[in-house]
Amino acid sequence: MTTGYWNALFGGMLIGAGAAALLLLNGQIAGISSIFGNTIRGTFGAKGWRVAFLIGLVLPAAIVGLGHIEFAQGLPVLALSGLLVGFGTRLGSGCTSGHGVCGLSNLSLRSLLATLTFMIIAALTVFLLRHGGLLWHS
Amino acid sequence: MAFLTALLAGILFGSGLLLSRMCDPQRVLAFLDVAGQWNPALAFTMGGAILIAAPAFWFVRKRHRNLLRWATELPDRFKISSSLMIGSAIFGIGWGLSGICPGPSLLLLTGGSAQSFVFIGGLIAGFFALRLLPRRTDLK
Repeated sequence: MTTGYWNALFGGMLIGAGAAALLLLNGQIAGISSIFGNTIRGTFGAKGWRVAFLIGLVLPAAIVGLGHIEFAQGLPVLALSGLLVGFGTRLGSGCTSGHGVCGLSNLSLRSLLATLTFMIIAALTVFLLRHGGLLWHS
Repeated sequence: MAFLTALLAGILFGSGLLLSRMCDPQRVLAFLDVAGQWNPALAFTMGGAILIAAPAFWFVRKRHRNLLRWATELPDRFKISSSLMIGSAIFGIGWGLSGICPGPSLLLLTGGSAQSFVFIGGLIAGFFALRLLPRRTDLK
């Protein structure tokens, strides 16, 4: 369990280094919902920086593999979850990376409120599913 | 140059998601399940990320330039809107349902599972559904 905490911390530091590198060297915010949303609309950015970032993002997992992954839901709930995440992150202008990592690092009140909102609502959702007797399998 | 630096930033970010196990939905749900077998490890992930990124943001906020001296403006920090709050709440429901947020969802695609493709299909549909709304105020 201790290695789990160290990996969580070092992993976080790598995420922070990625966000710092994109800001310091590209002048851009590492908000993945925004980068991915713009890319699928064909807005690749100067020199295709958005495409480059997304390629880099998946490269480590593609090379070393994902490790043990267990999905918590079946396909219909995953589709619904994806829909809500896509809609919500674009309406709220950010996700865990844009508001949670970059926004909080920038001491943004706006991102603090967004992060508290999605964390509390997500925890409530998990509570209702796991302890409130709603649809849960696995 | 901009392509290579963004590629490097992506590799760092993606390695972090992998090492911290943010890419594992069960790990994320264990973090969100505060009333159950709560696993607080991902709080260290967020703390570690902010520890490293905050000085970079401080640098750019003070100088309005990045390391290569390009003019760089950071997003507004104080504008609170209903779309910010409602969008974040909707995202929270989706995140709590599956334990998957946008960055990890892209990593999961490399596993080639049907589940990951179905999630991404929903995600993209969600992006486009928002564009059907009549008035989008603060969407970039």
